[in-house]
Amino acid sequence: MSKPKPKIHKEVVPMPKQNPKERVHNFNEVALGYTVEQAVAEAERCLQCPAPSPCVKGCPVEIDIPAFIKLIKERKFKEAIKKIREKDNLPAVTGRVCPQEQQCQANCTMAKIGDPISIGRLERFVADWEREHGYDTPPKPKPTGKRVAIVGAGPAGLTAAADLVRLGHEVVVFEALHKPGGVLVYGIPEFRLPKKIVNAEADYIKKLGVKIKTNAMVGKLYTIKELLERFDAVFVGTGAGLPRFMRIPGENLCGIYSANEFLIRVNLMKAYTFPEYDTPIHVGEKVAVIGGGNVAMDAARCALRLKAKEVRIVYRRSRKEMPARAEEIENAEEEGVIFEFLTNPKRFIGNERGWVKAMECVRMRLGEPDASGRRRPIPIEGSEFTMDVDTVIIAIGGTPNPIIPQTTEGLEVTRHGTIVTDENGKTSIEGVYAGGDIVTGAATVISAMGAGKRAARAIHKYLMEKRNSGKS
Amino acid sequence: MYKIVKKKRLTSQINLFEFSAVEVARKAKPGQFIIIRIDEKGERIPLTIAGAKPEKGTIIAACQEAGKTTKKLGKLREGDYIQDLVGPLGNPTEIKKFGTVLCVGGGVMIAPLYYHTKALREAGNRIIGVIGARTAEQLIYEEEMRQVCDELYVATDDGTKGYKDLEFLKDLLKERKIDRAIVLGPIITMKLISEFTRPYNIPTRVCLTPIMVDGMGMCGACRVTVGGETKFACAHGPEFDGHQVDFEGLMARLKMYTAQEKLAFVFYEKGERGS
Repeated sequence: MSKPKPKIHKEVVPMPKQNPKERVHNFNEVALGYTVEQAVAEAERCLQCPAPSPCVKGCPVEIDIPAFIKLIKERKFKEAIKKIREKDNLPAVTGRVCPQEQQCQANCTMAKIGDPISIGRLERFVADWEREHGYDTPPKPKPTGKRVAIVGAGPAGLTAAADLVRLGHEVVVFEALHKPGGVLVYGIPEFRLPKKIVNAEADYIKKLGVKIKTNAMVGKLYTIKELLERFDAVFVGTGAGLPRFMRIPGENLCGIYSANEFLIRVNLMKAYTFPEYDTPIHVGEKVAVIGGGNVAMDAARCALRLKAKEVRIVYRRSRKEMPARAEEIENAEEEGVIFEFLTNPKRFIGNERGWVKAMECVRMRLGEPDASGRRRPIPIEGSEFTMDVDTVIIAIGGTPNPIIPQTTEGLEVTRHGTIVTDENGKTSIEGVYAGGDIVTGAATVISAMGAGKRAARAIHKYLMEKRNSGKS
Repeated sequence: MYKIVKKKRLTSQINLFEFSAVEVARKAKPGQFIIIRIDEKGERIPLTIAGAKPEKGTIIAACQEAGKTTKKLGKLREGDYIQDLVGPLGNPTEIKKFGTVLCVGGGVMIAPLYYHTKALREAGNRIIGVIGARTAEQLIYEEEMRQVCDELYVATDDGTKGYKDLEFLKDLLKERKIDRAIVLGPIITMKLISEFTRPYNIPTRVCLTPIMVDGMGMCGACRVTVGGETKFACAHGPEFDGHQVDFEGLMARLKMYTAQEKLAFVFYEKGERGS
């Protein structure tokens, strides 16, 4: 008699979520996370494909995914998180905000016969387990005597910092804002990524020995050249945090926000608790969010929670071309966000006090694909109409932060303002590396972390070669 | 944490602070600003730098009490700490020999004007200073300004000191050859002086103080239309050509949170009385 085949569970274990009707009234996390039993059940679905596993190939930071899932199955949660932390310095963050459906889970073998393994939810589960049960800090490595400055405490910078400190280098992170985390604290809302989780991850990185200096704006307080006098290498991860506007009439009327401003007020400054916290925010009754990415979804969902009556996403292409994650579009829809596809604003109309009261829009149709591969939106002549709005949030992307390029002589940049590097983050200046959105333009948290990781490896190699050649 | 090394009450509403911030003090230049946050729940507010003492490691800024945050700051004493201070932000003003420079300051902004004026005087300019306030009691920095000006004129809105309002400047501009004007003060003053100097084509620089959040170019709260183009006061300014600035738009945006500010202030006053 042959052994009975293990039963294959084709369907994913669902993750409990807050009810949409309730959650639009609070900023608590929407997705509630797996219980132990749910996590183990989901882990048991994993087929444990032999190396090279398809999921690992899809991971920008190369986590040994089958290994950590096996450990969850065996209920060895401490070992599971240790396995993840070998590669990923921010697991509680990536478990929540990575677009897994386009990365690890897109390649999952199970996807061919059913639902892919929910790798992100399992990662989140063990990261949360670790936070609740206390962190183990790895032993301090032997100091190399080399010092590295990291500019910007976002996903790229924190990843590079953690990797470098583990290799025995002394690392100081310079952050311009008053809190570390970059887009994780100013951009992504509390209900998607609770700030106490970001703080805990940043604290863990500090525990590894990284020094984080906030309120330090490199480019103004010190130049890169000045940092090179005090450090052996510099990593620049300053992001693409500058808002893009539409350059149409009326854009500076009151009530019109960049998504960055809106989200900085809500997330970093906690304006949703005003007047307990001092930073105010204005949300009217009819809100229009321009754009179709994750940031637009975040802004729209914040506006709903801040008591807007109607929130519209106004997007110039159709649903199919929306760059936002499917899960986020679904969440927004469940909560009552209205979608106006194939629509673009032409101008903003103000009242006598200088506040926006309406928006003239034009309907669009899709033409031939453009450079991005998506079909180009073309205005339909004569289709203009007016939409009443009292708050507008412009979420059409960000541009690279110009401060470092402007203040660093000899640093090669593209015409888009991004820093030119090789595949390992090496810039045109010796000892200066860069990665994340400042190199690629606006992208994802995990791709920035991947770049931080590659740069850390390259910086380590550079420092060790320099030491061995006795140059220092 | 950043220590308040020195605090001086200049008028019933204006305080002068000296904050300990060693590295900022080393880099600060006239025209730049800092952003401070009093405590964990505080908002970020910009203050134009009114001086720096690199040898002492301190940075000087004046603040007029208007709403909750500025009142709270006004209550702090020497030896107290504020949570955050970042700077120097924005671009420095151009300091070189222009010839005769008209330096106009109104209200709390006379303190940073002094920092500008001193540097312009040291660069070899002849300085005509004009300082004004609503009323005599609110006038600050008169002695300090006198020391760095070749001539100093004083004006008040209610005529309690010096000239009544700034109309006298029209005659002065008619009579004198002025190579550059720099104005720090309320929007209405910056707008008025820019109108006065326009017929004479005097390059007129105004230092804007719109609402800001990060102060580093990230949010665009401080955007202002200059010569038909959108500029960020924090990243492109805060100093601009006064003949090109859309002051009406700036004024409207400055009032964007008036209702919330009042609410916060009422809650604050209530809490203060209760405790």
